[in-house]
Amino acid sequence: MEYAGLRRQAAYTRKALFDQGYLDEQFYQLEDLQDDVTPNFVEEVVTLFFKDSSRLLSSIMQDLEKSSPDFQKLDAHMHQFKGSISSIGALKVKNECTLLGEYCSNKNLDGCIKAIHKVKREHAILKQKLEAYFQLLRQIGPAEGATRPVE
Amino acid sequence: MDNPSSSSRFESFPMGLRVLVVDDDLTWLKILEKMLRKCFYEVTTCCKARAALDLLREKKDKFDIVISDVNMPDMDGFKLLEHVGLEMDLPVIMMSVDGETSRVMKGVQHGACDYLLKPIRMKELRNIWQHVYRKRVVEVKDMEIQDINEEIYILRSGFEHFDDRLFMTSIEMTSSSSSSSRKRDAREFGDLELCDPAAAKKARVIWSVDLHQKFVNAVDQIGFHKVGPKKILDLMNVPGLTRENIASHLQKYRMYLGRLQKQQETRALSSNIQSDLSPEDHSQSIDCQNPLQFTQNTEANSCGNNPHKFLEKVMLQDAQKSDPKNPDFFLGKDSNGGVNAADTTHPQKTNGGPRPAPLLHFKGMSPGADHKQAHPTLSKQQLWHDSLPLRQFMRYPKHDHEPFSLLDDYSLPAPTHEPRVSPWHSQCPPSLVSISSSNEKEEPDFVVKSRKVQNLNNTSSVSIQVEHGAVNSKEFGGIYEHNRSHDWIPPQTKLNTGTEPELIALSEDTNMYSVQGVDFNGSEMQPHNNECAASLTHLQSNWYDELEYSCEYLYDSLDYPLLDECLFA
Repeated sequence: MEYAGLRRQAAYTRKALFDQGYLDEQFYQLEDLQDDVTPNFVEEVVTLFFKDSSRLLSSIMQDLEKSSPDFQKLDAHMHQFKGSISSIGALKVKNECTLLGEYCSNKNLDGCIKAIHKVKREHAILKQKLEAYFQLLRQIGPAEGATRPVE
Repeated sequence: MDNPSSSSRFESFPMGLRVLVVDDDLTWLKILEKMLRKCFYEVTTCCKARAALDLLREKKDKFDIVISDVNMPDMDGFKLLEHVGLEMDLPVIMMSVDGETSRVMKGVQHGACDYLLKPIRMKELRNIWQHVYRKRVVEVKDMEIQDINEEIYILRSGFEHFDDRLFMTSIEMTSSSSSSSRKRDAREFGDLELCDPAAAKKARVIWSVDLHQKFVNAVDQIGFHKVGPKKILDLMNVPGLTRENIASHLQKYRMYLGRLQKQQETRALSSNIQSDLSPEDHSQSIDCQNPLQFTQNTEANSCGNNPHKFLEKVMLQDAQKSDPKNPDFFLGKDSNGGVNAADTTHPQKTNGGPRPAPLLHFKGMSPGADHKQAHPTLSKQQLWHDSLPLRQFMRYPKHDHEPFSLLDDYSLPAPTHEPRVSPWHSQCPPSLVSISSSNEKEEPDFVVKSRKVQNLNNTSSVSIQVEHGAVNSKEFGGIYEHNRSHDWIPPQTKLNTGTEPELIALSEDTNMYSVQGVDFNGSEMQPHNNECAASLTHLQSNWYDELEYSCEYLYDSLDYPLLDECLFA
């Protein structure tokens, strides 16, 4: 049946997200939290995450676009962003963000700008992949989540 | 935890733990909420620190614990932590992505009971109830300590107003202030107490017992009046400790003291009602403190330090509990419930040396019979002593007063009461709550016993008191009030440290004092007794509070052993 195929595909997609280092075990935690009371918990959280993290990302971008960035403010935004990333276990984004943090602490503006773009790219890739994954889940059945996933 | 009404929740504890989660990160807020719900906790979420603070202020007793993020745009998480710690005395868990040692340290310094790193795991949240539980345990201990302190207070100041009067007026030599003025004082105190209740909850810093002891020692060394964070910091000389930490801790410590004062007041009132205590109390109060006037700090210091130190000595006093001597007097008074009758009789006797409590005790106690009795009783008390040696010491003052005796009696003969009561009493004589409740309900019989005990105590405690008195005389000479407060503290330290020659000399001096004190008391004491009746209403309210506490404690009876560990103990 197509249903079985979809299931397999979803499982494969999910596994790839971990295998390719996009997600870490925090995502398992989210999955464990999902239950009958909140059948779409993971998707809801991920949706919330992208909404929030996108906002934080843009505020970091704004910080860096200034001619003389306020590194203190930047650091605060970075912190928030890192916290946000940790919520769903976005491993690749987190790694890029760590690099960005190093540039920030060295006040290397060029490095920061390069790094933020990488962060942004990884963020976008993850969003895309997760959207696809939740799409699959929704096709599998209402029990797996019928709400629109990532925005 | 603070609500007696929450007792029902205790049954299923930690289920139903009321948690407030504060995080500007909505994703985390959602995750944490879910996790906490899975732990069967009651969760409230808030994405703004200021809103959280408002919420906490508005619904003070609606939460058991707070989990807060460190980095929040509208308010630094540490700031929130500080407010919560000081205003609500709730355990606060900080969290952040950053595990930087300095940051974690800052959190702990500001009073965080734990610091979690994101991503937070559910197993970590499952365990947060321990912070609430620990706090309860500590509070129980505190209560015991407070009881001890209270006892001391009672001893010192049987009547706080009295002390105050002495303080305020003594200088002016208006010690004979009218009863009305005293009443007024009492009321003022009562009000203070009412306001302080919040303070009573005083936030607990995670200071280790040792650290806290250092802190207390430093405070004692400096003196309550002169205490400042910087001085304490210098004295403590603990690496990593900041002035901020000390300031915060000092603030809490003061609040704690304030609470103690309240309790003492209530006890004093109760004692006044009984009337027996009044004279003794006065003397004691004078010696030790005018808590109110002095400021909570002094009291706290004196109380906190003294109790422990005193406890050892107190043990002896405890032994005295079983005094057969003055049963009649006590009985009569107690049965009357009549503060007046009892007051008049006892006050005079005891009053002999009201203000120098030690002196009074000596005078009253001096009778050989008392001493003898005290010794026999010691064996009984020893049991208690084992558990709470220091506290017992504290009791001794209480014993002199009615409350103490009551407690002692309870503990010794009546396991029937809650196991708690006895432990409390034994451990912390000052525990007003237990005493108060017992007194009210069991009034006559207990009172009698207690009084007897008091006598015994007095005898045993004589040596200590004498020392104190001596100290006072030397240091303060004419002025009793200030000295007294100080004296209390120093005596303990002195005793512990033990400059024996000095002490001995002092003892002699103290005797002199006692005589003087007696005179004072004779004139002034009576008015107090009368006032006591007036203050009964106040007392009653206090009593109720105490009763509530005791109820809670009952639940926690198991926690007793822990009490010893309390920071403030």
